[in-house]
Amino acid sequence: MDSNNIPRTVPIQSATFSNPINAEIRRAAASGIYDIRGGGAKRRVPHFDDLLFLGASVSRYPLEGYREKCETKVTLGTRFAKKPIELDIPITIAGMSFGALSGPAKEALGRGASAAGTSTTTGDGGMTPEERGHSSKLVYQYLPSRYGMNPDDLRKADAIEVVVGQGAKPGGGGMLLGQKISDRVAQMRCLPKGIDQRSACRHPDWTGPDDLEIKILELREITDWQVPIYVKVGGTRPYYDTALAVKAGADVVVLDGMQGGTAATQDVFIEHVGLPTLACIRPAVQALQDLGMHREVQLVVSGGIRTGADVAKALALGADAVAIGTAALIALGDNDPKWESEYQKLGTTTGAYDDWHEGKDPAGITTQDAELMKRLDPIDAGRRLRNYLKVMTLEAQTIARACGHNHLHNLEPEDLCALTMEAAAMARVPLAGTDWYPGKAGF
Amino acid sequence: MQTYDLEANGLRGLNAALQELNGSSDKTAWEIVNPKGSHAIAVGLNSPAEVTIKGSTGYYCAGMNQQATVTVKGSVGPGVAENMMSGTVIVEGDASQYAGATGQGGLLVIKGNASSRCGISMKGIDIVVHGNIGHMCAFMGQAGNLVVLGDAGDALGDSCYEARFFVRGSVKSLGADCIEKEMRPEHIEVLKDLLARAGADAKPEEFKRYGSARKLYNFDVDNAQAY
Amino acid sequence: MCGIVGLFLKDKSLEPKLGDMLTDMLITMTDRGPDSAGIAIYGANSDGRTKLTVQSDKPGEAFGGLDSALAEALGGEVSIRVIDTHAVLNLPAGKEEEARTALAELRPGLRVMSAGEAIEIYKEVGLPEKVAERFDVRGMSGTHGIGHTRMATESAVTTEGAHPFSTGLDQCLVHNGSLSNHNSLRRRLQREGVRIESQNDTEVGAAYLTWKMQNGATLGEALEGTLEDLDGFFNFVVGTKDGFGVVRDPIACKPAVMAETDQYVAFGSEYRALVNLPGIEDAKVWEPEPATVYFWNH
Repeated sequence: MDSNNIPRTVPIQSATFSNPINAEIRRAAASGIYDIRGGGAKRRVPHFDDLLFLGASVSRYPLEGYREKCETKVTLGTRFAKKPIELDIPITIAGMSFGALSGPAKEALGRGASAAGTSTTTGDGGMTPEERGHSSKLVYQYLPSRYGMNPDDLRKADAIEVVVGQGAKPGGGGMLLGQKISDRVAQMRCLPKGIDQRSACRHPDWTGPDDLEIKILELREITDWQVPIYVKVGGTRPYYDTALAVKAGADVVVLDGMQGGTAATQDVFIEHVGLPTLACIRPAVQALQDLGMHREVQLVVSGGIRTGADVAKALALGADAVAIGTAALIALGDNDPKWESEYQKLGTTTGAYDDWHEGKDPAGITTQDAELMKRLDPIDAGRRLRNYLKVMTLEAQTIARACGHNHLHNLEPEDLCALTMEAAAMARVPLAGTDWYPGKAGF
Repeated sequence: MQTYDLEANGLRGLNAALQELNGSSDKTAWEIVNPKGSHAIAVGLNSPAEVTIKGSTGYYCAGMNQQATVTVKGSVGPGVAENMMSGTVIVEGDASQYAGATGQGGLLVIKGNASSRCGISMKGIDIVVHGNIGHMCAFMGQAGNLVVLGDAGDALGDSCYEARFFVRGSVKSLGADCIEKEMRPEHIEVLKDLLARAGADAKPEEFKRYGSARKLYNFDVDNAQAY
Repeated sequence: MCGIVGLFLKDKSLEPKLGDMLTDMLITMTDRGPDSAGIAIYGANSDGRTKLTVQSDKPGEAFGGLDSALAEALGGEVSIRVIDTHAVLNLPAGKEEEARTALAELRPGLRVMSAGEAIEIYKEVGLPEKVAERFDVRGMSGTHGIGHTRMATESAVTTEGAHPFSTGLDQCLVHNGSLSNHNSLRRRLQREGVRIESQNDTEVGAAYLTWKMQNGATLGEALEGTLEDLDGFFNFVVGTKDGFGVVRDPIACKPAVMAETDQYVAFGSEYRALVNLPGIEDAKVWEPEPATVYFWNH
């Protein structure tokens, strides 16, 4: 046989050893360190997109837009605090640190959130005057590292969020590589400049819910029982963690799914630990209901919230409010195509840039570089964030009205159906066109 | 001198009364009786008040203290003087774990022993322990001085940054990246001052100094076993 | 996640007050464990006979005529003392296994809480104060006792999930912490034929001790074994017929305070639990070291 006449097989890329995987193997082999990056899980997981609302028609009556009101207000921290937080919209800004973000970016978050009538949140590294000054409602995060932790700032806060974990890395600490520890960040965190900053995974002075109860007592005693105490957990065992946060005395439980972002941690952590946000909500709500605490202790859900539809779906599943982080950064200008040529120089592209820990953000948001951060005008960026928050609220109201509700909080799981078996199982809502979801008894 | 019976009148009343003084420069004296191991006694103070607690306390006594002098005539539970900013806290008995955790300033004196994690994540506080300390003390210690007249337990100064440790007795083991360091004249001076302020009868020359080898400050694959 | 108290008396004159002192200690630990409470009390010796403490959710039905029915099944004298949902059956010596088998047939819903010459275990869902009241723990006398208040972490708030767990004749265990390898250890022990009834991590710890001792280990050796074979965070307090032991995991984050005087050895998750004990001001008070077994015997 003439070997020249035998057709050749076409090159086939391995699904297991794909090009991105092989690149990571080469990167690890060359560098000897795990990949550290910012952001949340990038893999596809069942999400709010897999749910649809059942609008009203004949059996139910929709509300008229414009005329017939659909309320959006929410009060967080009604259980013990003398001064609960009253928000105009159920969309809050999640904790992001000064250090991870530039001063102007923090200011822009404060401006945008305040203009939309909602709260913003500090992060690892403490509270800056810029942030306090521009935020009408500011939640102070109380973190394992206690960088910049200060009782004066604690008393200036409108709420305190005890961070036990976050969705991007439940059970883990953080690692901010040296490049980003500027003089000001180093001083605020009491660290030498230029070193890798390691963050602890457990709080230094308590372990477990029985100790947490005493820690919450101390925080309340220091702040005269004025402000709500939130407890934030990463989504892993949401039923138990929510129940225990309630038993420990939380006013609000913040539950962050695996799509929730982080400033810097191991990619293996971001992509392989935790539950999709969609899967977190029902068990947490179940825990609150079992304890008779649903709506008494409020539930704030975060991790991959992008649109008013996501907001409405989270609320329908039982959340009282949502928090956004990554979406807020994009509204400010993160990953904007106008910086494409600069992303290219960094070896990445618009939409994929996640090396937030390196401090070279062309958009001037996740950086401490004095020149880069000038690129972000906090007033303009704050306006963009306000607009975005308003749009999301309008979208959520549109959906709620279509389902016949005069308040976003009246959305319920029965307003939803699922497009996939996975989403049906996780959200415990029927597969579209059926009255069945996996795990439902009697089928 | 004001006397407050904690058992009879409750914690909220006590902390509210003590915090009422915040911002004032008056040196008022307070005596708290019947603490009975209660938590969060005399927390969040920010005045030069002089508070004496007659008995033993629970968690977080004198937590986040600023300016005040708090003396405990007994032992303290976990997290005494946690995140203290300034002022002085004196414990006449023993301290449970996490004493002076994340403290940023001020002086914490423990006349008895301190158990595990004393000075964990310390950020500028000075701690003087007349007795021994337990395991994992000054884990991730960032700044400040930990002085121990007795012995130290396992893993002293694990993953520490720039905090300094002075131990007169033995050290069961040093933590990752913590090493013995040369005692220079400036350290003798620091130690002399701390010992005097803590009422400790010991000579600075009897101590050894420990601190960070700074090998974990920037990632190196050859140190990966420490991570 | 929980509160633990324990009291081992050296001074016989305190024995009539054991239940009273333990009740006070238990109530101080309510915040640490509001879900359920339990107590193991080592009381008067039953002259070589065996005491079986049983529990039923329907005590009226379960305990009526149980003494005579069981006496017939075992062929020996049986007496019963009913206390709320619990009853203490007094059996002829060595009849414990036979009695368990008989009870499973006679009263299928009945749960055996403990067996031994001295031990009685009482536990129920509810606030510690209420639980202690139901069983009149204050009125109990004895040589040593262990109490527990529970904040359930990952298993249900039920009577079975409450502590103490019985680990064998006259043995019991309570726990504060959270074990992280209890599922695989449960499967391993079940393959070895060890009886484990709940999904509770502590019961696995208890069953592990029983299994080690059945295979010849002393209690001290079995406790040493926990340091190797159990993963996670734990403070264990164990009781035996005439002894009292404590062990903490090597990380030792969960709180533990001990006090010793000429009259007693006491354990508390917090010092608060110990403040009303006689002579506490002058007691030797300390925290148990990590990965170290402590034991006291009469």
